[in-house]
Amino acid sequence: MNALSVARLRTMSIALSAWSALLGACGEQRDYRPQVRGGDAQRGQIALLRHDCGVCHAIPGIIGAHGRVGPSLASYGRFPHLAGKFPNDPELLVRWLTDAPSMAVATAMPALDLDEQEARDMAAYLYSLE
Amino acid sequence: MAAATMQSALAGAPGSAAEAIGRLGDLLYVGAGAIFLFVMALAIYSVFAKPRAVNVRRWIVGGGLVFPIVVLTALLVYSLRTGDALSHSAAASGSSESEPLRIRVVGKQWWWEVRYVGHAQGTEIVLANEVRLPVGRPVELLLTSTDVIHSFWVPALAGKVDMIPGRTTRVALRADETGIFRGQCAEYCGGQHALMALYVVAQSQSDFESWLARQARPAQRPDDSFLKLGYDAFFKGNCQACHAIRGTPAAGTLGPDLTHVGGRHSLAAGVLDNHIGTMAGWIAGTQDVKPGSKMPSTRTFTGIELRAISAWLGSLQ
Repeated sequence: MNALSVARLRTMSIALSAWSALLGACGEQRDYRPQVRGGDAQRGQIALLRHDCGVCHAIPGIIGAHGRVGPSLASYGRFPHLAGKFPNDPELLVRWLTDAPSMAVATAMPALDLDEQEARDMAAYLYSLE
Repeated sequence: MAAATMQSALAGAPGSAAEAIGRLGDLLYVGAGAIFLFVMALAIYSVFAKPRAVNVRRWIVGGGLVFPIVVLTALLVYSLRTGDALSHSAAASGSSESEPLRIRVVGKQWWWEVRYVGHAQGTEIVLANEVRLPVGRPVELLLTSTDVIHSFWVPALAGKVDMIPGRTTRVALRADETGIFRGQCAEYCGGQHALMALYVVAQSQSDFESWLARQARPAQRPDDSFLKLGYDAFFKGNCQACHAIRGTPAAGTLGPDLTHVGGRHSLAAGVLDNHIGTMAGWIAGTQDVKPGSKMPSTRTFTGIELRAISAWLGSLQ
């Protein structure tokens, strides 16, 4: 490879990286962020801690939540699917949190004794995980 | 679960040894504080007051000999009486009261085995990580250990007492009001020492009696088909190798007796609240919750079996 082509390669790569930086600047992600009706993420964080959800799930922001029985919920807000089976829809998640076996009988996640509000709050927190 | 009272020696429960120790402490701190302030006031006065002659002998004999002898002797007598009352608390605490209730507590890595011996119901009741006692009645705990040294400490009720393998130590407990008191192992006993806690539940005499009667009842094979699935999965998973459930073929002795596990306040020795989710998580993720625990994380169950076992164990109340 001669000196000229090295110089040309270098110029090209600089131009490329400048272009991609420019693209990146206007490439702000505009994904749909699901909203949970009546759910409060802050209260949800406390509810997830109080109900020891971390025994089975790794959940960022919840003290001691590094369980491996169920899937990690890190970046749950970006999951395309709920439990790998359903569309990741807020109302479905709320139902899943309170009564997973009614949706997928083979699941290891038991029906939990949560009230509707707690489930909504938890869902709101989970969707806040980017 | 009902909220436990603060786990603090400064929050002694009414009627408990911790309250008596707390009173002694209060007297000591307030008295020492008052004497300190008096001496400081004298020192400041001596710097700023107009010089005048004082009776040196009176100050030395009075302040240096008589005062400390009187105060320290009174304190010694009071503290000895308090200590004596604590060590004979069961006998000394009530004239009309019956025999103290005796409960054997065995420290293990990293949980507590609790045995109610020689009570009216006949069967020996064994549970784990929870001591229940009737209010107003003196209780004597007989403490020992089967592996390393542990220490039994429920700060709101009594001072800490070591649990030593091959020996039996004693602690007198008494609570005059109902409540839930958290306790903790207070002697480093291995990797999960920090996760070795328990609850002491003080109940009214009648609640206690009905609880004890319930504990004496054996478990039964469930009728419900889902619970039955859990029952069968329990034996399929060989859980009975370590756990006993009275009324079933399960008679293991290595792990906690599970005859009434569903009625306990906590799982894993005060680590988790007791509900179906934590039960399932504990069974399948034991080593994540308490690494080094003698119970392995169980990997042999299907999702349904795990839910069913948790539901069945939770139903044993």
